[in-house]
Amino acid sequence: MKKSVLEFWVGVFVLLGFVALGALSFKVAGNKGGFGSSTQTYTVYAEFEDIGGLKVQAPIKTAGVLVGRVSSIQLDPQNFQAKVSMELDKQYPFSVDASAAILTSGLLGEQYIGLTNGGNEAKLQHGDTLSLTTSAMVLENLINKFVSNFMSKDTPESE
Amino acid sequence: MNFIQTIGAKTLAFIQTLGANALFLLNILLLLPQSLLRPRLTVRQMYFSGVLSVLIIAVSGLFVGMVIGLQGYTQLAKFKSADVLGFMVAASLLRELGPVLAAILFASSAGGAMTSEIGLMKTTEQLEAMNVMAVNPVARVVAPRFWAGVISMPLLACIFNVAGIYGGYLVGVEWLGLDAGVFWSNMQNNIDVSYDVVNGLIKSLCFGTAVALIAVYQGFHCVPTAEGILRASTRTVVSSALAVLALDFILTAFMFT
Repeated sequence: MKKSVLEFWVGVFVLLGFVALGALSFKVAGNKGGFGSSTQTYTVYAEFEDIGGLKVQAPIKTAGVLVGRVSSIQLDPQNFQAKVSMELDKQYPFSVDASAAILTSGLLGEQYIGLTNGGNEAKLQHGDTLSLTTSAMVLENLINKFVSNFMSKDTPESE
Repeated sequence: MNFIQTIGAKTLAFIQTLGANALFLLNILLLLPQSLLRPRLTVRQMYFSGVLSVLIIAVSGLFVGMVIGLQGYTQLAKFKSADVLGFMVAASLLRELGPVLAAILFASSAGGAMTSEIGLMKTTEQLEAMNVMAVNPVARVVAPRFWAGVISMPLLACIFNVAGIYGGYLVGVEWLGLDAGVFWSNMQNNIDVSYDVVNGLIKSLCFGTAVALIAVYQGFHCVPTAEGILRASTRTVVSSALAVLALDFILTAFMFT
C-alpha cells in the first residue's frame, strides 16, 4: 500500500477518535441543545414555587403534543422562585393568559410542563412571562398535609 | 505436597514474567527518543492496529449499546423509571463496558496479529538479521507496534462509546418510544466530563499499554516455531483479557469509589 494512502487512513482514524471524544464531552456530558436546530422557536418564562424534578430539555406539551422544551432553570434571587425558560415552537402561538403546570407522566415518571391555552386574543411574545402557573406535586408535601389534616380532625374528638 | 510445589512454581513463574514484562517496558520507554525520530513507523502500525479495528469496534459498540438499551428499558419500565435509560446507557459504557470491551476486542484482533507478526519475524530470523546489521529490533519492530497500540486504544474506546450510546438511542428512543429530550437531558445532567469521560479515557490508556505490552512481549519471546507462534498468540489474548479485567477492578476502585 502507498505510504500516502496509509497515512490518510490513519489521519481519518485519529480524526474519528477526536470527533468521538468531542461528542462524548459535549453531546453526552453537557451540551444543552435547544428544542431542535431546524425548528424556529420563541422563548417565554414561567415562575414556579416548586419545580420538583423538572430538568432542562424536559418536554412542554399541550393536549399531549410536544410544543417545546425547557431551555434553562434558574432561581430568581428577588422572590426565590424557580424561573423556567421555555422554548416554544413558532407555529404554536399561545395567548397571554395561557397557564403552565408541572405534571408527571405516570406515578413516578418524568416531569414535563403542560401548557394550556387561554381565551385572550393577544398572543405571547418572545421574552414574555406567564402569570398562571401550577407547581409540581411533591409527594412528601401531600403526605404531610394529609397527616396534619388527619391529626387536627382527630385531636378535638379525643379531648 | 506436589500440589503446593506446583502452586509455588506457578507463583514464582508469574512474578518472573511480571518482572520480565516490566523490564521490557522500560527498554521500550528508554527508546522513546528513537521512536519519536521515526514517527512513520508508528503511523504505519497505527494503520494495522487502529484503522483495521475501527469497523469491528464500531459494530460491536452499536450492538452492545442496543442490548443495554433493550435490557435497561425492559427492567426500568417495571419501576416506571425508563426515563433514566440515557444515563444508564452512557454511564455503563463510559465507565466500564466501553474501555473494557474495546480493549478485549483490540487484544483479540490487533494484539494477536501483533504477536504473530513479531513471532514470524523471529522464526524467520529477521530479528537476528537486524541485530547483525546493528539495527536494534526493539526500536525498529517492537516500539512502533507498542506506541501504535497505546495511541489507538483510547481513540477506539471513544468510537466504541459513541457507537454504543447511539445504539442505546436507537433502541430506547427510535424503537421503544422514549422521549429524545428526556433521554439526552438525563444523560447530560448526570454524566460529568472529568469524572466519567476522562476516567474512562485513563482506563483505556492503561488497558492499551497493558495489551500492547503483552502482545509485543509474547511475540518477541515466543518459541521460534509455528506451534510457538500459535501458543504465543493464544497467550496474548488470554493474558490480555485477564490483565484488562484485573486492571479494571483496581482502576475502578481508585476512580469510582
